[in-house]
Amino acid sequence: MTRYIVVRLLDAIPTVLLVLTLVFVAMRILPGDPAVAALGDFATPEQREAFREQMGLNAPLWQQYLTFVASSLTLDFGESMMNGRDVLGLISYNLPYTIELTIASVLLGVLIGVPFGVWAATNANSAPDSAMRGFSLIGYAVPDFYLGALLLIVFSLNLGWFPINGGGEGILDRMHHVFLPALTLAFIKAAFLGRLTRTALLEVLGRDYIRTARAKGAREPRVIYRHGLRNALLPLTTGLGLTTLTALSGSVAIELVFNRPGLGKLLISAIAERDYAVIQGGIVVFALFVVAINLTMDLVYVLVDPRIRVS
Amino acid sequence: MTQDLLRLSDVTVEFGPPKRPVRVVEGVSFSVGKGESVGLVGESGSGKSVTSLAIMRLIGGRVAKGRIEFEGRNLLDLPASAMPAIRGRDIAMIFQEPMSSLNPLMTVGDQVAEALLLHGWHDRTARRKRTVEMLDLVGIPNAEGRLGAYPHQFSGGMRQRVMIAMAVACEPKLLIADEPTTALDVTIQAQVLDLMKKVRRELGMAILLISHDLGVIADVCERVVVMYAGRVVEEADIRTILTRPQHPYTQGLLRSVPRRSHEAERLYQIPGSVPPAGSIRQGCPFRDRCELAVPRCAEEMPPMFRFGPSQSAACWVTAAAKGASQAGAAA
Repeated sequence: MTRYIVVRLLDAIPTVLLVLTLVFVAMRILPGDPAVAALGDFATPEQREAFREQMGLNAPLWQQYLTFVASSLTLDFGESMMNGRDVLGLISYNLPYTIELTIASVLLGVLIGVPFGVWAATNANSAPDSAMRGFSLIGYAVPDFYLGALLLIVFSLNLGWFPINGGGEGILDRMHHVFLPALTLAFIKAAFLGRLTRTALLEVLGRDYIRTARAKGAREPRVIYRHGLRNALLPLTTGLGLTTLTALSGSVAIELVFNRPGLGKLLISAIAERDYAVIQGGIVVFALFVVAINLTMDLVYVLVDPRIRVS
Repeated sequence: MTQDLLRLSDVTVEFGPPKRPVRVVEGVSFSVGKGESVGLVGESGSGKSVTSLAIMRLIGGRVAKGRIEFEGRNLLDLPASAMPAIRGRDIAMIFQEPMSSLNPLMTVGDQVAEALLLHGWHDRTARRKRTVEMLDLVGIPNAEGRLGAYPHQFSGGMRQRVMIAMAVACEPKLLIADEPTTALDVTIQAQVLDLMKKVRRELGMAILLISHDLGVIADVCERVVVMYAGRVVEEADIRTILTRPQHPYTQGLLRSVPRRSHEAERLYQIPGSVPPAGSIRQGCPFRDRCELAVPRCAEEMPPMFRFGPSQSAACWVTAAAKGASQAGAAA
């Protein structure tokens, strides 16, 4: 088991390096001169040259790459080109909002999706199953920013139950603020997880050991939850990892719609302003986040499946 | 004669939509006495497994007709919610596939203990002690140390032993074993059969052993019920079946068992194959493969004829030849 974890950790290293390389290349092939973007059209050539020198853009490419990788790994992303603020500071201010949105939406998605999926699987090919199918179809089809705007209009503007924008202060207020955006993302997740739960559980319920469980006198709830759902958890874990990742990318649009702070919103405004330092830092942190989630899922497998744990 | 523990009368099982049902098992009647071991033999598709699952009420199809009485109570009359209390405590079952019949995510100890927990063993320590005892009984070496092991750490034979431990933990009155040794290799097969005999002796339960292998049945059982295409075609004690089979199908089955003395000859095989379920609407289902068939076989399903105190078979031709009387009238 220790070996498995070590191997997974080592596996993550090339992934991180690859991601850093891609970010580096992407930033270099973007059209436009960062110096022009930062200083504006009216800067003198001397000013631009000084800017390039200061940003290390005149050094050979390989040197820039090594510097970039080294500073990324130490989480030193430099300063914002727009307002001179420390990029790491900007990120560490915004990141918690994105994390709480991600966690809240995954939690809500699981709480809605999994029971719905179980209900559909245990009533396969009857009314609940069709309801589930309709629900997931809508969940897949409706864009998150549209659903977000809809919820915002109904529950915040018209009913006034939830705040219209911002991230909130203090635990309760933050939970109040995160609920609607999380619900928006959770709706899509629930559609996905519900379908996945249904399929996985139906497959498991046809297995021989389910018949064994019934044959020894287990009643249906025990058969479904103790024996069925636990085994269906294996494919569900994979799905959960995937859907957590989409929560991250989904947060970009949702943070904009609900006008709440977060990594997505930070990135969008940085892109609009061509703030390369912030974009670079933001993407690297995003990518590290993705790698971390994948790693966590690999470790969750170990907890769920004894066949990995013991061998 | 021993008192009946289980009695099936005229059991018919159907699958598919009720308007166009497919009859997989039709008019099956037999009984298992207290402590008796009965074999249910027949080739694939003869309805043996469906019959056994019907007793447990674990089939996807429905029992359209008949009675399944256990200790005088018709199981088919009970509400579905009453079955879990019977399964595992009164009637237990082991299956053909030891590799996939155990939950891969639960320890072996927990799975055996669960059978106990479900039937009133609420005390943790007692349950654990009993679990070790049962694993010991079925010959798992170092039973106590292996409680925390998972099924994938066991071989097929060992897993089948665990299945047996789980099934007999609550000392059921009847153990249904559906092809328990088919998936195992021959040496392990013999061990598992010996184990079943030992467990039966020590716990005094009845066994209904389902197999396509007459050799396996002869090893464990006192009486045999032969099924063909969803019907019982012959029933007798094991010695009579082996020496004086009456139904042409049973005779064919026996002739297709390899023997030392006939080593040089090509092994006999019954021509043709089992008709698809539900395709026989009238007459004897075996007639197309039968060397003795007469016109009457295509018209009327033969009833069970009595050939001796413990033997009956459903065949017009042999009944006429031996002057046997209809079983219902004799009883």
